[in-house]
Amino acid sequence: MKFIVCSLGLLGVAAAGTAFAQPVLPSEVAFDEYGAVSASLTGKAGDAASGEVVVVERGQGNCLACHRITALDEFPFHGEVGPPLDGAGSRWSEAELRGLVADAKMTFEGTIMPSFYKNSGYVRPGDGYTGDAAKGELEPILGAQDVENVVAFLMTLKDE
Amino acid sequence: MTASLYGAVLLAALAAGAAYADEDADLVVNGEIEMTVRAPAPDHVEGLSEIMSGWLFRSDETQAVQMDDFDNPGMIFVDAGRETFNAEIGADGESCASCHEGPETLADVRPTYPKWDPERETVQTVEMQVNECVTERMNLPEWKYTGDDMVNMTALLASAARGKPVDVAIDGPAQSTWEQGKEMYYTRYGQLELSCANCHEDNYGNNIRADHLSQGQINGFPTYRLKNAKLNAVQSRFKGCIRDTRAETFSPGSAEFVALELYVASRGNGLSVEGPSVRN
Ligand code: HEC
Ligand code: HEC
Repeated sequence: MKFIVCSLGLLGVAAAGTAFAQPVLPSEVAFDEYGAVSASLTGKAGDAASGEVVVVERGQGNCLACHRITALDEFPFHGEVGPPLDGAGSRWSEAELRGLVADAKMTFEGTIMPSFYKNSGYVRPGDGYTGDAAKGELEPILGAQDVENVVAFLMTLKDE
Repeated sequence: MTASLYGAVLLAALAAGAAYADEDADLVVNGEIEMTVRAPAPDHVEGLSEIMSGWLFRSDETQAVQMDDFDNPGMIFVDAGRETFNAEIGADGESCASCHEGPETLADVRPTYPKWDPERETVQTVEMQVNECVTERMNLPEWKYTGDDMVNMTALLASAARGKPVDVAIDGPAQSTWEQGKEMYYTRYGQLELSCANCHEDNYGNNIRADHLSQGQINGFPTYRLKNAKLNAVQSRFKGCIRDTRAETFSPGSAEFVALELYVASRGNGLSVEGPSVRN
């Protein structure tokens, strides 16, 4: 076991150095002291149109569960648990938004907002929404490229 | 999607947005049972100043369905419970009625449970108490915790207590169970890391997507939900709420859910027993 973990760690380091880098692992995301993450998790740019889908879909980011986004008014039922995200792309830098989506608790201590790119530290994690215990290693709620796509979408939410 | 269908969907969405919740309404059932739907929070509830029935957070239409027993689909199950109450189903032909004259004589049950049972030295829910009678006094196999017989019987016992204030004891021998339930209430379960309090204490009155959050009070249980068109037991609701945090949930009847039920019930001390209530 120890040997495998060790060599996986080495692999990660080796891969990060090459052009076709593996996504940064959830446990290895580099947050600065304010919770921002400067480098892309995949080394690739995000795609705003794909990010919009993640923001809307209930089985994915479901950000609309808690946030109002006027640009997405065509989709009914925006939540009121978090602040409206209109203008988020003017209020925050790309690095700050990446940190917020990956793990908002690094920016706002104790926030109710879920951590979307994290895979440990949970109390009784489940197997999706089945109510059963999680099997094997947990996947983060969103993949690394999903996070990048959501960040790209948020960057389009500029003040008028 | 055709244009007119699209229009209809939009309209429905608008209506759902506009229709929710007259939070200032008063609840009188059948023009005679006056319900206390808001009350000062008990001292042991630190995070709220006022406690509010879930009825207040429902749409005008849903509120109206609970105001008249002829409209309330939950009353059908009360009748079914009453039939079972009088039926001679026991191994030696006993019925509930052979020991308890009528459900009215059990009107103090719903408001005071979960409750410490000195003989069994544990906190018992209404379901556990009913199963004690079913297995030990009628010599029958136990009823499924959230099965039809059980939910119907809890509906009958709630209906017999409608309008009485919830008044569960949290001190004495029940205290450690209550503490356990309280800890659960504030635990952020699952991959979404959400506690009961995150939704029902910090955000009641707010929408979470299409759902209008209430305080998650249990004075209205069992509840008839228009969504699944059946009567729902309180611990089934707990199970669903924890599952929705992407967590491994607990089972109805588990020691954990008994503790949680005692704690959540105590947050409603002072509200009226409303079961069977109507929710969406
Ligand atoms: C369960 C509720 C919830 C969900 C789901 C949620 N958020 Fe949040 N979010 C919040 C809250 C609450 C805050 C405010 C931070 C605080 O004070 O706790 C927040 C803050 C933010 C902010 C900063 C707010 C600002 O000033 O503009 C951004 C950006 C954000 N969220 C984006 C997202 C995105 C993108 C998603 C989905 C991938 C998402 N949120 C999902 C609750 C949520
Ligand atoms: C992600 C948000 C969320 C969390 C976390 C959550 N609930 Fe709920 N709960 C809801 C929603 C949405 C409803 C339906 C609308 C309402 O009544 O609030 C609901 C309904 C309820 C109801 C029914 C209230 C009524 O009047 O019919 C109870 C009881 C309840 N929840 C208890 C709990 C308990 C106990 C916990 C923690 C173990 C919990 N909830 C955690 C979202 C949540």
